[in-house]
Amino acid sequence: MSLILAIESSCDEMSIAILKDQRELLCNVVASQIDTHRLFGGVVPEIASRMHVECVSTVLKTALNEAKINMQDIDAIAVTKGPGLVGSLHVGMQAAKTLALAYHKPLIGVHHIAGHIYANELVEDIKYPCLCLVVSGGHSELVYMKHEFSFEVIGQTLDDAIGEAYDKVGRVLHLPYPGGPVIDRMAKEGKHSYQLPLPMNDDSYHFSFSGLKSAVINLCHNASQRNEDIVPEDLACSFQEVAVDVLVSKTLKAAKDYQVKEIIVAGGVSANQGLREALTKRSDIPVLFPPMRYCTDNAAMIASAARIMYEHQQFSSLDLMVKPSYDLEMESLGE
Amino acid sequence: MDFQNEQDMIDFGEELAKHLFPNTVITLEGELGVGKTTFTKGIGKGLGVTKIINSPTFTIVKEYQGRVPFYHFDAYRLEGENEELGFEEMFEDGGVCVIEWPMYIQDILPDNRLEIHMTKNKDQTRHMTFVAHGQQYQQLLKEMNICCN
Repeated sequence: MSLILAIESSCDEMSIAILKDQRELLCNVVASQIDTHRLFGGVVPEIASRMHVECVSTVLKTALNEAKINMQDIDAIAVTKGPGLVGSLHVGMQAAKTLALAYHKPLIGVHHIAGHIYANELVEDIKYPCLCLVVSGGHSELVYMKHEFSFEVIGQTLDDAIGEAYDKVGRVLHLPYPGGPVIDRMAKEGKHSYQLPLPMNDDSYHFSFSGLKSAVINLCHNASQRNEDIVPEDLACSFQEVAVDVLVSKTLKAAKDYQVKEIIVAGGVSANQGLREALTKRSDIPVLFPPMRYCTDNAAMIASAARIMYEHQQFSSLDLMVKPSYDLEMESLGE
Repeated sequence: MDFQNEQDMIDFGEELAKHLFPNTVITLEGELGVGKTTFTKGIGKGLGVTKIINSPTFTIVKEYQGRVPFYHFDAYRLEGENEELGFEEMFEDGGVCVIEWPMYIQDILPDNRLEIHMTKNKDQTRHMTFVAHGQQYQQLLKEMNICCN
């Protein structure tokens, strides 16, 4: 039995959730700044942290009201300690420490990616050993999980993260921020008519999206020099099919090599329809995707990971620091 | 200075790293896809960083440990910002800092630094030009027989 209040503020969302036991979510309040950042074509870190300061107490009040819970009833305070934007992380961390100190509650520092992974457990038990494909604006990783809360990063991007490549291609195509969801939608209306290189098409579990991004930039550049028009839908479709193909192929290869029972997907790009369809279709073992509402950053997923840490009594002292870049593997719990 | 391919740039970064001193700041300018992160991988390798160096765009800065601390910045997302971000501390941490898209944090860059511009040649090979600010950096280019232009 546990009642956990979790705070997530690693990027442009300030979110607080209260989770009872494994998956009874009493609230999951998310204050997004996407509209503000859209004006700048990306997340502006200082604006992000300033806006978090402005809204943290309102989000907390809303969360407690919605859950009909008093602070006294909470068993532990969980917070994202990293990775993320340092200024944004600090806001959540300060709020969590203050609550932990004032109400004498244990503090649990959660790795942001462990949160994304355990978003899946809000709907279904994960079957171990499993392979997790982590895809977001800052990550593209293959994580082997031998048992609960053990993380071995067996592959990662050598340059750009997949979400970053989507956003940068979006910028080249003059699409609104964030570019990922727009490209995903456009891809459905286009056809794969542009030749793009299949990046890092080798035997490793690593990814590389920088070359694919450069190929799209070159293609647009050359077309404009020749006064030719690009069909944005077709380019979106070509880019997406190549990107998804390499993600799916490497995931399936790793799943086979490691003989896992299940593939799970985590991170913002797990909302991508092209990826969902291709991976489900091509995999012969079960694939678990988080529900759409838990794909982007939210505190429910942090609470879900914290629930397991709570069971293992993995508490942090009040001098816990934010960790802007931090290894997931160091979070692993013993067998 | 011209580079035929990625490996050329990595090799040069590795060689450059051998000549770097505490509190080195290198700025890298050049369009998306020109190879700034690729070149940075070489510098990291030369500094003894064994971990994979990948894009810092999302978190603005990534920190690695080699012989000395190695900070890889990407100010791409800081366009239009002039706030206190605590980068100055990292510039003076005894390590090496590589900064992509430095124009967005021009106000806080140290006076002494090595400025590198990267461009694509017509045949897709890459070109680098160097500007040394301060005596230490002029000496560095001299040691490596690089013309300052």
